Amino acid sequence: MKKKYSILSLIKNAFSNNENWEKMWESPEPKKGYDVIIVGGGGHGLGTAYYLAKEHGIKNIAVIEKGWLGGGNTGRNTTIIRSNYLWNESANLYDHSVKLWENLSEELNFNMMFSQRGVMNLAHNEHDIKEMKRRISANRLNGLDTQWVDTKQIKELVPIMNTENLRYPVLGAAFQPRGGVARHDAVAWGYALRSNEMGVDIIQNCEVKDIKTDNHKVEGVNTSKGFIRANKVAVVASGHTSVLAQTAGVRLPLQSRPLQALVSEPIKPVINTVVMSNAVHAYVSQSDKGELVIGAGTDGYNSFTQRGGYDVIEETVRAIVELYPIFGKMKMLRQWGGIVDICPDASPIISKCEVKGLYFNCGWGTGGFKATPGSANVFAHTVAKDEPHKINEAFNLERFSNGRLIDEHGAAAVAH
Amino acid sequence: MILINCPYCGEREQSEFTNGGEAHVIRPKDPDTLNDKDWGQYVFYRSNPKGIFYERWVHSHGCRKWFNAVRDTSTDTILKIYKLTDNKPDISEFQSSLKSPSGEPAVGSGNFAVKK
Repeated sequence: MKKKYSILSLIKNAFSNNENWEKMWESPEPKKGYDVIIVGGGGHGLGTAYYLAKEHGIKNIAVIEKGWLGGGNTGRNTTIIRSNYLWNESANLYDHSVKLWENLSEELNFNMMFSQRGVMNLAHNEHDIKEMKRRISANRLNGLDTQWVDTKQIKELVPIMNTENLRYPVLGAAFQPRGGVARHDAVAWGYALRSNEMGVDIIQNCEVKDIKTDNHKVEGVNTSKGFIRANKVAVVASGHTSVLAQTAGVRLPLQSRPLQALVSEPIKPVINTVVMSNAVHAYVSQSDKGELVIGAGTDGYNSFTQRGGYDVIEETVRAIVELYPIFGKMKMLRQWGGIVDICPDASPIISKCEVKGLYFNCGWGTGGFKATPGSANVFAHTVAKDEPHKINEAFNLERFSNGRLIDEHGAAAVAH
Repeated sequence: MILINCPYCGEREQSEFTNGGEAHVIRPKDPDTLNDKDWGQYVFYRSNPKGIFYERWVHSHGCRKWFNAVRDTSTDTILKIYKLTDNKPDISEFQSSLKSPSGEPAVGSGNFAVKK
């Protein structure tokens, strides 16, 4: 039955103290076998299930998650959405995603709280200016809405920013008005709800221990709830993708590192856009609750600890306080880390591999959230048709032997 | 923040060091005879285990010397530090703290080393 959310259902449930909301999705025991098993119940994985069911008519699907839905990097990121990437391949992929974000609340009848408040990338030196102007030109050729704003315009958009009295003065910025933020839980829950309605089994608290293959063909997965047969296995496990790939004998060019973020105590609205700075390692936005959402960098070494080093936080906070002196006395509420899988060229891998029936959607590194709907959409196509969609053709594994890398380190430096 | 015991200077904060990625990666002897796939493996592919990991460090804000370490990437515990001239310690010397491939507790996500 299709669950509809409206102002009427809100009022109705308010009368019963919000205690009688229907469960959004079922939690069944796994069946013996499925057409497709998706490993990883984050936004990308649940989205893949949704598009497989909706656009490709495959309904016998299970999404297997070791923890709870959206409890990995989907629930740990800073929810920034933008598509101002340099190369054509990336611009197409990320803008495909932004376009899907624009209609996602309506499509899923679930409020994504998608707010296109604009994303600004600051330039602090001559090189930044040149690099950003080049990126703006490339973006405009790809039909993106990025534009150059000077210091005066920045001051109008973000009056609290200190642009002059700091070690690295703010000299301008690349601004993408269509960028913004969305609610991270909503995208996972929305996809889970609607894919469950189409018959997708969502299995939480079930860890995939290894992927079973026979003669270069996938057979299924061994889980903490036993063996589950599958014709196709799609791995969307972010930081742990290479651990799982290894169990199927596949080597991926990924390195897993902790990436940290932190939020402050809630305050009245002071900043109504997303401001990022690669040069001084800081980015900030304000959530609807009023907390400042601050993203830090990755640790300089491989780790799976979901913590991250304190020096990384220190560096970010230092830059934030210099850029926004009025935040100097604020208290931070929470800090956390997520494990991100980084590719040598800072671009994702959405590809099949040498094992038949095994697909990977990984390598999103420090910036997968913005791509959730787009990545899920093209990955579903790749899994269903056993060949890539036009948009993700270039994001294959072969690029690490033929050299056709999609180098997005410039777009990625801190906040990918 | 982890403490690293530099074999030349003693124990210092990790922020004094720079990580050099996987250790014991050997440059192919005759690159001209390699095909693109094998060369790609050497250039772009590195091990990324959850658990015991052999890696290189350099004491960049200290003696600037390189050395190797064996670290459990699921807990960040450093199991052994040895000089570049020392032999690679055998993996059987170390005990993995992992209970499953992902090393997670039966229920829930997160780092079990912190949760216990």
